Amino acid sequence: MSTEAPATPEIGVGDYQYGFHYGTEDYVFRGRKGIDRDIVKQISQIKKEPKWMLDFRLEALDIFFQKPMPKWGGALSELDFQDIFYYVRASDKQETSWESLPDDIRKTYDRLGIPEAEKKYLAGVKAQYESEVVYGSLQEDLANKGVIFTDTDSALREHPELFREYFGTVIPSADNKFAALNSAVWSGGSFIYVPKGVQIEFPLQAYFRINSENMGQFERTLIIVDEGASIHYVEGCTAPTYSSESLHSAVVEIIVKRNARCRYTTIQNWSNNVYNLVTKRAMAYGDSLMEWVDGNLGSKLTMKYPAIYLMEPGARGETLSIAFANHGQHQDAGAKMVHCAPHTSSRIISKSISKGGGRASYRGLVKVENNAHHCKSNVVCDALILDSASRSDTYPYIEVDQDNVAIEHEASVSKIAEEQLLYLMSRGMTETEASAMIVTGFIEPLVKELPMEYAVEMNRLIELQMEGSVG
Amino acid sequence: MRLSKKVRDGMSSLLKIIDLHVSVEDKPILHGVSLEIRQGEIHALMGPNGSGKSTLAYTLVGHPKYEITSGSIEVDGTPLNELDPCERARKGLFLAFQYPVTIPGVKVSDFLRHAVTNVRNPERKDGESLMPMREFRKELKQKMEELGMDTEFARRYLNEGFSGGEKKRMEILQLAMLQPKFAILDETDSGLDSDAVRVVSEGVRKLSGPQMGVLIITHHERLLEYNVPQFTHVMLAGKIVETGDAALAHELHNHGYAQIRERHPVEAAEEQSRQNRPETVGVATAVAK
Ligand SMILES: Nc1ncnc2c1ncn2[C@@H]1O[C@H](COP(=O)(O)OP(=O)(O)OP(=O)(O)O)[C@@H](O)[C@H]1O
Ligand SMILES: [Mg+2]
Repeated sequence: MSTEAPATPEIGVGDYQYGFHYGTEDYVFRGRKGIDRDIVKQISQIKKEPKWMLDFRLEALDIFFQKPMPKWGGALSELDFQDIFYYVRASDKQETSWESLPDDIRKTYDRLGIPEAEKKYLAGVKAQYESEVVYGSLQEDLANKGVIFTDTDSALREHPELFREYFGTVIPSADNKFAALNSAVWSGGSFIYVPKGVQIEFPLQAYFRINSENMGQFERTLIIVDEGASIHYVEGCTAPTYSSESLHSAVVEIIVKRNARCRYTTIQNWSNNVYNLVTKRAMAYGDSLMEWVDGNLGSKLTMKYPAIYLMEPGARGETLSIAFANHGQHQDAGAKMVHCAPHTSSRIISKSISKGGGRASYRGLVKVENNAHHCKSNVVCDALILDSASRSDTYPYIEVDQDNVAIEHEASVSKIAEEQLLYLMSRGMTETEASAMIVTGFIEPLVKELPMEYAVEMNRLIELQMEGSVG
Repeated sequence: MRLSKKVRDGMSSLLKIIDLHVSVEDKPILHGVSLEIRQGEIHALMGPNGSGKSTLAYTLVGHPKYEITSGSIEVDGTPLNELDPCERARKGLFLAFQYPVTIPGVKVSDFLRHAVTNVRNPERKDGESLMPMREFRKELKQKMEELGMDTEFARRYLNEGFSGGEKKRMEILQLAMLQPKFAILDETDSGLDSDAVRVVSEGVRKLSGPQMGVLIITHHERLLEYNVPQFTHVMLAGKIVETGDAALAHELHNHGYAQIRERHPVEAAEEQSRQNRPETVGVATAVAK
């Protein structure tokens, strides 16, 4: 993301210079709406996948049909699985015209000062983000170290053995209805393998990857961090991401081997029509560290509970999550920590803000299996409610089969204090600006963990949300 | 409202408090306070605990809890009663709080950059650009050094974990950065060790001048030694009962409020009944009338 000065607001005038065309009628494959065995077969066939992947998809499809809708979380009754496209080839993606974007989204891009090319990409006007220059040298550097960083479809073709060894091992299709759906129709996502002992010093960002479908509807990401290696992977972006497709259901699987470290940072800000139902899980082995940093803004409903399975002694897991629920939005987010081995530790820090009738729920599980003695877990969740129309709930679940553990849980719900507002306003800040500042301060402990440019954008976005100019 | 040409051309501004009656949660606290402060003047406001000094200060900056039931506040003839605290700040009012609040997660420098930008461009709308970073940093660094503050404070969260004295210095730093037309210092000298009292007192002396009217609320003498008031007002039970010069402040320090109470038996009785009264609004109202 860029923090450059805002681009000119005259967007749209020179669109054709980027080679856009509106109303793509001559696409090769766009499938049809709805889901059944034929669609799944077609997807696999177009991708020229090996038979085992087709079988995997079809089996997952059966599971998807069998599993009932979750009864907890958010309201899913309006979701019509037969009214959705499950596969659109990247090259044939329907290109949205800039003018047809909702006003608020265009305004936000301008206010965030996002460069032209990136705006188009975020808005779905362009299917891919062009960053060959950065990408070229980066790719070479990584390749020299033996790192594999590609899209998941390519990984299946180019690294079949490695792929098959790990794919679907962290999140089996039967895990939940949406994991099953993703397993049946997945497309795109990132595949990363970091060899033993290799430390990647800079955060690796999803949009450095070209020729692939970023932010697809049913992304599938697989990351393997081998022994003693380390990586910080960043995906998503703070700017609102416009999608005409209403269902997004990604699966992210991560394996962190002994002494390895992995931090996975996501910021998502979908447009208000999107159901964002994500399954994320990591397995952390001996003395490793897995961290999820997860920010959720936008969407109609987000259900996302990044999980860490602490598999061997010394494994540590940490989840930091921020949720901002504005008008018409429900963020049902949280974390899951499963202590499968003794001497493992976990920490969950969750901060949520609800405004304008939005609803933010924290849903978390800390589970300690019976052999997992001397475990430590610390959960802190703080909610800030900005007006009486908004709502915040906390659903903390703790399942412990062990006496010898230390589990702490703290939760707080607060409003903006009148005295704080007065103090800031008496220094010349408008009420909106003062509230935004207090909210920004509230999430600062998590925002400071984000890469710099994300942090800057996150704060600007909060300001915009507080102004009420963004849906 | 624009200032008249005369005022812009160098005539000093005037803060006028006219027969101000103020209630908190329907409980009357101020019973008709009148005061005029001109830019460049120093006024001391003294009075026993609970007499209403902070109430006056909060009312001036527009605390929503403090309701003006009658009377008015004006700057150069423009009434401020209906303005919110932000608008008043942009008109040049500043309060150094007796109890500054903590704003967790908000860095001193970010907070001050917003504040300075707004106060210097009263017409600024939310989201418009802030004062250029380099210029701001330079100025902040200079002001912090002048006040003998570790520049590290700029990176800390506003008042979080600050000692009592550090909070008071932070108020003075804000005063230095915002350069208001009228500054109200509510016990900025309490809770400080004697070195800090000197630093703060010298700081105020440097900052005040022909461009600033100052209302110093205090129970001590040091601040007033460095900033000799032209006027000293004494508040008792929500009224200003006496006004004198620096000698009056000196007298109060030496002898306390006993003589004041003797000279103003009605207010002294009111003060007494305030302290003893059960928390019923009815009684208070009856006394006030
Ligand atoms: N927010 C409030 N809620 C209830 N009562 C209040 C409030 N603010 C002030 N009061 C009451 O008004 C009276 C005057 O209080 P104020 O704080 O103005 O006194 P003060 O002169 O500043 O005293 P001190 O010297 O102790 O600072 C007191 O009786 C106090 O209890
Ligand atoms: Mg007081």
